[in-house]
Amino acid sequence: MPYVPHTPEDIRRMLEVIGAPSVESLFDEIGPAMRPKSFDLPEGKSEMDVLAHMEALAAKNVSGQVSFLGAGFYDHHIPAAVDALSMRSEFYTAYTPYQPEASQGTLQAIFEYQTAVTRLTGLPYANASVYDGGTAMFEAAMMSVRHTGRRKLVVCEAVSPIYRVMLNSYTSNLHLELVTIAHKNGVCDLAALTKALDADTAAVIVQNPNFFGTLSDFSDLFAAARAAGVVSVISVYPVLQSILKSPGEMGADVAVAEGQSLGLPLSFGGPYLGIMTCNKALVRQMPGRMVGRTGDGQGRTGYVLTLQAREQHIRRQKATSNICSNQALCALRALLHLCLLGQEGLTRTAGLCVERAHYAAERLTAIPGVELLSGAAPFGNEFAITLPVNAYQVIDKLTSRGMVPGFPLGRYYAGLENALLVACTEKTSTESIGIFAEMLRGNL
Amino acid sequence: MNTVFKKSTPGREGVWPTKPQKSAAELLPAGLLRGKSADLPSLSELDVVRHFTGLSKRNYGVDGNFYPLGSCTMKYNPKFAETVAALPGFTRLHPVLPQLKGAGRLCQGALEVMYETERLLCEICGMKAFTLHPMAGAHGELTGVMIIAAYHKDKGNKKTKIIVPDSAHGTNPASAHIAGFEVVNLPSKDGIVDPDELAKVLDDEVAGMMMTCPNTLGLFEKNLPKIVEMLRSVDALLYYDGANLNAIMGKMRVGDAGFDVVHLNLHKTFATPHGGGGPGAGPVGVSERLVPYLPISRVEKLEDGQFFLNYDCPKSIGYVAPFYGNFGVVLKAYAYILRLGRAGLTRATEAAVLSANYLRKRLDKVLEVPFDRVCMHEFVASACNMSECHVRALDIAKALLDRGYHAPTIYFPLIVKEALMFEPTETESLDTLDQFADDLIDILKKAETDPDYLTGAPRTLPVTRLDETRAARNMELTDDL
Repeated sequence: MPYVPHTPEDIRRMLEVIGAPSVESLFDEIGPAMRPKSFDLPEGKSEMDVLAHMEALAAKNVSGQVSFLGAGFYDHHIPAAVDALSMRSEFYTAYTPYQPEASQGTLQAIFEYQTAVTRLTGLPYANASVYDGGTAMFEAAMMSVRHTGRRKLVVCEAVSPIYRVMLNSYTSNLHLELVTIAHKNGVCDLAALTKALDADTAAVIVQNPNFFGTLSDFSDLFAAARAAGVVSVISVYPVLQSILKSPGEMGADVAVAEGQSLGLPLSFGGPYLGIMTCNKALVRQMPGRMVGRTGDGQGRTGYVLTLQAREQHIRRQKATSNICSNQALCALRALLHLCLLGQEGLTRTAGLCVERAHYAAERLTAIPGVELLSGAAPFGNEFAITLPVNAYQVIDKLTSRGMVPGFPLGRYYAGLENALLVACTEKTSTESIGIFAEMLRGNL
Repeated sequence: MNTVFKKSTPGREGVWPTKPQKSAAELLPAGLLRGKSADLPSLSELDVVRHFTGLSKRNYGVDGNFYPLGSCTMKYNPKFAETVAALPGFTRLHPVLPQLKGAGRLCQGALEVMYETERLLCEICGMKAFTLHPMAGAHGELTGVMIIAAYHKDKGNKKTKIIVPDSAHGTNPASAHIAGFEVVNLPSKDGIVDPDELAKVLDDEVAGMMMTCPNTLGLFEKNLPKIVEMLRSVDALLYYDGANLNAIMGKMRVGDAGFDVVHLNLHKTFATPHGGGGPGAGPVGVSERLVPYLPISRVEKLEDGQFFLNYDCPKSIGYVAPFYGNFGVVLKAYAYILRLGRAGLTRATEAAVLSANYLRKRLDKVLEVPFDRVCMHEFVASACNMSECHVRALDIAKALLDRGYHAPTIYFPLIVKEALMFEPTETESLDTLDQFADDLIDILKKAETDPDYLTGAPRTLPVTRLDETRAARNMELTDDL
């Protein structure tokens, strides 16, 4: 039997030591009423046959299209060394570093990851990561609720709807009030957000670039929030954080991000990486694991999981969160990605994304009837255009010709049925942008 | 080892893309740009390779070391599963594709994997339906408890409490709390749930009970049929923490035994290495009456054989994940189940339980085993009998590190003093188990003559015992603090 090494002779010897007549007798406590009514699974297959089956399934996915899909999840180049190093079995097959002396590799890597993400966001503290960007946003909201003792969350409508629906589900049993402030043509309504802050507000939650790709400076909003005792939470796109004003510079209290764009393939939705950073006042409200630097009795530097008194295995129901794992391997990949690109590489990547997106916007809006949804508002790697026809209609026509033109904003925003969200990365060639423009022109 | 940031040399070229023609400053307003640089390190590819290869050598992992870590199922995971998860036909798939009308045709292979995995998990557990969305075991717990809440809300039941036995995983009470419930702690008797104790806390306000079975003592909850009956009498639902499914595959099905909700830790039983702490996956299975409350979306199959995602789920608890869970982990689980098949999964369970009992019998003469009877996939010993040598469970754990083993889980479960929790898993050979038992017996003998051998351990690793108090006090969580 694959992966089970015991020979019949081994089994005989083991049963003898146990003093049991048979392997089956070890299961005697499972009474007849609890035995399986069926266990109708296929018979096992050889490794070769399973691989062939999986390759056939992979081939049923149509790949090779030119894609302008983003919506918060982007197809970036991943340096080959990210795979090579993260697949080292000492990282890959290790457990959570509960025995620090035997886990210094994992622990130092997480410490370095924490350092890298705090540098990106400009906030001083980070945890070892949570499941994904949406979970990070919910956990940030809960940090604000515990910190302030208030129960209202003010959320900008231009925050990813993919995350806002998660916030809805998670808060529904917790007696929290979610107040959504409408966007204006894809731009955050800073005045309305500021006006919504009151003495019951725990947090204001915004995103930069927002779901429509537009950029804002939230410094004034965050200053108003601070004055009202409200926690400022911002979700960012880590690649652009190499060039954009940081959450720290804007005065945010908590910055979260989806880390997929740092060395993780799209992989149909996961595994991804929830990045969380915060200022000092909130660090003890942070959920999940954290690694801290310390030393041993001989003066050598070492790393340990720290502040564990917040966590569920000690606090049970009084813990800051029920989260018991982190995305350690994904965090390692993000760190590797950031180290391999370095400051210059990530800045260039961000520059290329922005440059390509601006070129694409220029080419697409040259088509009669196609306009930028947000007018002259600044945008980064992604932008929304309005079409003279329903966006689904265009998507349907173009996908059948090998081009995925973007994301239909009508999926989440009533009234924007004709709007298409278009993303570029450094992998988007100017040629493909030209082809996209021609195909769009011919299919309106 | 210095941190990677200390190794930075300004100007050194890494894996850089070509330079953009225009700088960001030319395309974006100055007020939106960073003032202070993020100051990421400048390193060559070789610098990075050396640094992280060096770090990796300061780690134990299952491929190099035996990990009898109770409750964690640190078994060997076959490499072909990684090959599967890395197939470009899967890794390149954008997750929003199925939301574009008609574009579901571009990801039929992935949807089929999800559909088939759900079907296989249903058959393994005897449940009506599964969702793959939860991204870890604790996330599955939260999802499961949210489903319980939705069920009672829909029926108009006023339920406020969830019962959690003290022998359950620590995440259970935390998950119930985050889902908005009051947690009622249930003390166990003789290592398992006692119906008489349960009767004392069971009332109409109880929404459900979360059971870990086998529990954290490695014991099977043999009073289950009675417990099921008692909970049914107050319309409370029974939740199964299936983190340790490798103890029961082919021997018991959760649904047949009367449970309404189960979560699985796919990464434990079904071939995803732990990665130093994640990622995992925590699919949730439910009985028929709970199907309407499963998270959005549901993968379904049309009569023509095409797969699609159904977003029209009016009674659903909503979204618990941005998409469909950790698809990369699901891929490995699916391939692993196909590889082992019916007989292979049953055999894995038998081997896990056989190995645990063998190790228990090899050690119960030198360590106290509080519930020394047939265990399932793991057992808990206590180092209390070593106190006269002034040696604690922690010291035994550290001495094992010096012998090249990862330590067992220590001080958990909380209900056993000086706990040492052993789970040898199904993939370790008899030679490994014997060598480990011999080494542990030798360490315990040394405790009598030379306790310092244990209390001063580890000595062979990059660091000796670390000052955790200092770490908590200084809160030096980054290189910049």
